[in-house]
Amino acid sequence: MQTTQDVNLIKEGESPGKRAFKRLKRKKFTMLCMGVILLYMLITLLGYMQLLPDFQERVGSANEAPSFEWAKILGTDLFGRSVFFKILIGAQTAMTIGFLTTAISLPVGILLGSLSGFYGGKVDAAVMWLYTVLSSIPSILLLVGISYALGKGMISICVAMGAVGWVGLCRLIRGEVMKHKNLEYVMASRLLGASDMRLIFHHILPNVFHLAIISASLTILSAIKFEVILTFLGVGIQNGASWGTMVADAAGELVNGIWWPLFGVTVAMFLILYSLNIVGDSLRDALDPKFVD
Amino acid sequence: MLSFIIRRVLQTIPIILGVAFIVLILFTKVGEDPVRVKLGNHATAESVQELRAKWDLDKPLPIQYLLFLKQIVTFDYGESFNSGEKLSDMFASGISASLKLTVPPFLFGILINLSIAVLIAFYRGSWIDRYSTVLFVAGMSVSYMVYIMFFQYFLAYKLGWFPINGYEPGWAAIPYLALPWIITMVVTAGPQIRLFRTVFLDETKADYVRTAFAKGCSPARVMFVHIMKNALIPILTYTVIEIPNLILGAFLVERFFSIPGTGDILISAVNNGDFPIIKGLTVLIAISFTFFNMITDILYAYVDPRIQLDA
Repeated sequence: MQTTQDVNLIKEGESPGKRAFKRLKRKKFTMLCMGVILLYMLITLLGYMQLLPDFQERVGSANEAPSFEWAKILGTDLFGRSVFFKILIGAQTAMTIGFLTTAISLPVGILLGSLSGFYGGKVDAAVMWLYTVLSSIPSILLLVGISYALGKGMISICVAMGAVGWVGLCRLIRGEVMKHKNLEYVMASRLLGASDMRLIFHHILPNVFHLAIISASLTILSAIKFEVILTFLGVGIQNGASWGTMVADAAGELVNGIWWPLFGVTVAMFLILYSLNIVGDSLRDALDPKFVD
Repeated sequence: MLSFIIRRVLQTIPIILGVAFIVLILFTKVGEDPVRVKLGNHATAESVQELRAKWDLDKPLPIQYLLFLKQIVTFDYGESFNSGEKLSDMFASGISASLKLTVPPFLFGILINLSIAVLIAFYRGSWIDRYSTVLFVAGMSVSYMVYIMFFQYFLAYKLGWFPINGYEPGWAAIPYLALPWIITMVVTAGPQIRLFRTVFLDETKADYVRTAFAKGCSPARVMFVHIMKNALIPILTYTVIEIPNLILGAFLVERFFSIPGTGDILISAVNNGDFPIIKGLTVLIAISFTFFNMITDILYAYVDPRIQLDA
């Protein structure tokens, strides 16, 4: 709810989205992190356009330490392939998994959350039952279970993580929609004859959508983290380059003094995870309607 | 209060039924056939049939579901497909190893993280707050696997301060568990301190804080006495909810350090298609999760008189 004082601070004709973006733009470091995310998205795009260098090609002898040469900047692996190129393809895999998982979990969470919050009663009981059941099973087990059941590979781990990931968002959206459905603006448009669907999707949802945006950044983040763990446990990516397979291989390499693949993957992962963390935090601040600057 | 508790206990029944259903469907209907996994692709039709009957897999799904429910109620989960070992014994030893691995860092971790969080909240906005936040976010951005490998490589392999891996029952386990304890505490520090800090900061906006200041309490007294007491309610909730995860152990740490905990048992079972283990352990954990969830709700209602019991 806004007090008169808050209203004065909001410029006329400025949408909440614009205001949030203006707040974000003031934070230099957040913009830098957004730049990193964009860079990873660009790498992903280049990967799908077949413009990234082929990581399967031999660029030197086996297990060469890093040197000042473009392909060998992070050394070579057991087969003399460039670790750097492998990490680039791994970035493509990781980003794809992040976005695909979010594309599955976000709509499910929004839809079920808003329906159960709006209608209450039996619908609410059913949705609540479903998410309590899903969250009672340890998520790592459910992930292993679903990806084991669907067969191994990228799509199935995305479906698994999507099927598990909607629960948190659903709970948040449900709570907010429950609050909003009794507010004056919803009442007013109901009196004007708006249908339930219009009330939910046209009036209420824009007011709670910031939750979905914040949750998206966190879903991408945890999907990238879980891919590494699932692949290590043997239910993740089977062929092709992924950070998970590289980390899993690194366990044996480290003992032989081959530190560069693990180093490279850790740095690559750190950059994207750190940026997503920072941008997620800033989004939370910038999109918070209660926060007035 | 009593009627609230009874109602809350009854609410857990449909949850357990749902968990049992999902687990059964996931691993019998959708997943690989455990009989094929055990016998390989060249088994004769009779031997397949025989094993199917022995494991009750030839019965219709509703019957399998009822048999499963009976197992849940009697706590008798049958035997492992692979080794033929009794599952209740396997689970007991697995859970004891897992608890030894997870409980000490959990308790110490909460004490340490709580102290750090309240200090950070006390000095909020200062350089301590800013730099520690940056540090924790950075710590959270490194994969769990990397922490394990890094610590195992440097502290155990290079410096030889700890055994590289292994496990022994009883007190002899301590040298083997020391490094996993440290790793668990390091990994959980970032997210926990951030969470606790937010809890403390949320409390600083409450009315009673203003009242305390108006009475003339010092900032330190308000933070460490008034706020601390109230912040313990959400922190208690968080703590109780985490307990089932302690029973489950830590998959990755158990794998890397060869500790025969529940996480390790479960992952091997998934790789071998050992269906009874997966079924039994999942349901066991889900039940304990539901149970502790219920305890949290009841505790919450007990501690905070503002909670409406009939809601």
